Amino acid sequence: MKRHLLEAADLDRADATLVLDTAAQIESALAGREVKKLPTLRGRTVVNLFFEDSTRTRISFELAAKRLSADVINFSAKGSSVSKGESLKDTALTLEAMGADGIVVRHGASGAPHRLATWVAGSVVNAGDGTHEHPTQALLDAYTIRRRLGRLEGVRVVITGDVLHSRVARSNVWLLHTLGAEVTLVAPPTLLPVGVGSWPVTVSYDLDAVLPAADVVMMLRVQGERMNASFFPSAREYSRRYGLDAERMARLSDDAIVMHPGPMNRGMEIAADVADSPRSTIVEQVGNGVSVRMAVLYLLLGGPA
Amino acid sequence: MTVLLKNVRPYGEDAVDLLVKDGVVAAIGADLSSTAQTIDATGLIALPGLVDLHTHLREPGREDTETVLTGSRAAALGGYTAVHAMANTDPVADTAGVVEQVWRLGQQAGLVDVVPVGAVTVGLGGTQLAELGAMADSAATVRVFSDDGKCVSDPALMRRALEYVKALDGVVAQHAEEPRLTVGAQMHEGDRSARLGLTGWPAVAEEAIIARDVLLAEHVGARLHVCHVSTAGSVELIRWAKSRGVQVTAEVTPHHLLLTDAQAEGYDATFKVNPPLRTAEDVAALRAGLADGTIDAVATDHAPHAGEDKECEWAAARPGMLGLEQALSVVVDTMVDTGLLTWREVADRMSVRPAEIGRLTHQGRPIAVGEPANLVLLDPTARAVVDPAALASKSRNSPYAGRELPARVVHTLLRGELSVLDGKVQK
Repeated sequence: MKRHLLEAADLDRADATLVLDTAAQIESALAGREVKKLPTLRGRTVVNLFFEDSTRTRISFELAAKRLSADVINFSAKGSSVSKGESLKDTALTLEAMGADGIVVRHGASGAPHRLATWVAGSVVNAGDGTHEHPTQALLDAYTIRRRLGRLEGVRVVITGDVLHSRVARSNVWLLHTLGAEVTLVAPPTLLPVGVGSWPVTVSYDLDAVLPAADVVMMLRVQGERMNASFFPSAREYSRRYGLDAERMARLSDDAIVMHPGPMNRGMEIAADVADSPRSTIVEQVGNGVSVRMAVLYLLLGGPA
Repeated sequence: MTVLLKNVRPYGEDAVDLLVKDGVVAAIGADLSSTAQTIDATGLIALPGLVDLHTHLREPGREDTETVLTGSRAAALGGYTAVHAMANTDPVADTAGVVEQVWRLGQQAGLVDVVPVGAVTVGLGGTQLAELGAMADSAATVRVFSDDGKCVSDPALMRRALEYVKALDGVVAQHAEEPRLTVGAQMHEGDRSARLGLTGWPAVAEEAIIARDVLLAEHVGARLHVCHVSTAGSVELIRWAKSRGVQVTAEVTPHHLLLTDAQAEGYDATFKVNPPLRTAEDVAALRAGLADGTIDAVATDHAPHAGEDKECEWAAARPGMLGLEQALSVVVDTMVDTGLLTWREVADRMSVRPAEIGRLTHQGRPIAVGEPANLVLLDPTARAVVDPAALASKSRNSPYAGRELPARVVHTLLRGELSVLDGKVQK
């Protein structure tokens, strides 16, 4: 493993598989235990540095670090020196001076974790940066697929929605490709990046056409602010053409699963009965997120203190 | 001041002696002698002093990043004898008062001719014409008008500006960027922006404005200058417009001749610039356009920025790069050493044409007896690694840091006075 986890594109097949295998081992080690804690990172300090609101991801990382016995500091930009205008670099140097071994960073600007990594001696984990990447989300998605379907090689994954603005989609494209899955992106052309032709994916504008062959359908959240920016005519039209409802789900093969990174717009990109169906892995993904983040923190920080 | 330059090669041609006296070239010949200061210029090439159409001197308003004096030093060290100071200062150079202030500061620095550019619209707001006539009639004698940093995007207002400056023998220098196509834009839109998650700045946003503006310039019979052309499509449009007889001129920056959007990998905001660095194909087209004269001039778009405005998240960083001190070296690297331009053509693109576009009658003149002694003497064989800490500019945001570049400016003369001697600025 490298010193940082900045993007899924950094992970080769061996590294990615090591994370997934480690997560599986951690899960087994904790299964059935009354005290769900390992002493691995005792004496290590992990800072959760969140410049964007994200309850789900922050709690997941916090739980992962605490279950490994690390000291955890939660830093949220709101109400901090950052809201008074302190720069990212000064914040990083402050944390450095306090002896942070690992910094988990969520930031609205693409590339912020990369810059951070050049200023600090500790390990940096990207917990989502702008519209760039969210590598631990892709790892937990891959972990979930492997647990449900038993494999990743050759698995046909359809990712549907706002690919243009989605860091989850980007991370999943690179990681799933690295792990041998076949990815198809489905979206209106307005929500696909201009450079998507150079990605290792198939692109389709027609969700109905690709569903029968899919093993996994991953739905992406459509941000509310996109609805008034002419990316598509209306929420209703989007939902009709690209939303996953019970009728569309019926086109899937019997073993196919439905995923969503959350938070969901029920009734927009995913119907409530689909989200709550046994095929849906949405709640499972959240649980797997803790195991996978424990594996990442263990592999990056688990060396001699 | 009298200076005898021994064995200098004008335009890289045969070595001669040049006698400079009373601000003009007094004699050219073999074995000239003089009791005055003699400089052994053996191996050095002489060109007319360089003229920049596009410099940000940051004074008034951001004197922490550059002043007219520090920018003048950087310019002289780069071989420049005249620079056009862009109007996006604070306050904006949109009145006779501000342009005269900048002009006087340039006079006081005395290292290069500082030629203020006047804003086209009040406060760069894009809605109301600034007092272009007052700026033209002021001591600064403004002839180039630009809202650079912003595009005059309203077509009716652009038409009026083009029409109005005809009475002033002026030119509108357009920052071609359709703002509705570049909302939130961070870098060139393409494969790389998609992967890096940085909002794209598409080539068409530049090309659409150029296409519109050349047609407007043709319609009203006015002069149009296109700032920092960055795409292959823009070069094609300008070539087409020139073939129709449109009075359009264009400039390209050194950084767009050398660097590509690959520099955005790693998110080092030193490489964030507007218009953005583009693809290798664009770079090739820009070089070809400069070589065949479609692009008239090299202009630096020298844009100093404070450390905190670059040592940060890419999206939060200010766009712009230093350019004055390395411009000639980059042109030698990309255009001369590649066989695309002769030294005479370098003089044309970096001195003669910019002076003509800016209507500067005493700059960009040939190296000949009786002509103003605005000269740069460079060593074409020198090579050096760029060290930002050693720059004369107040800022350090050089995209060439650590890069080895050819050619070194050894001496610069402004009206016969040495502004740079042996690579050292004299004030």
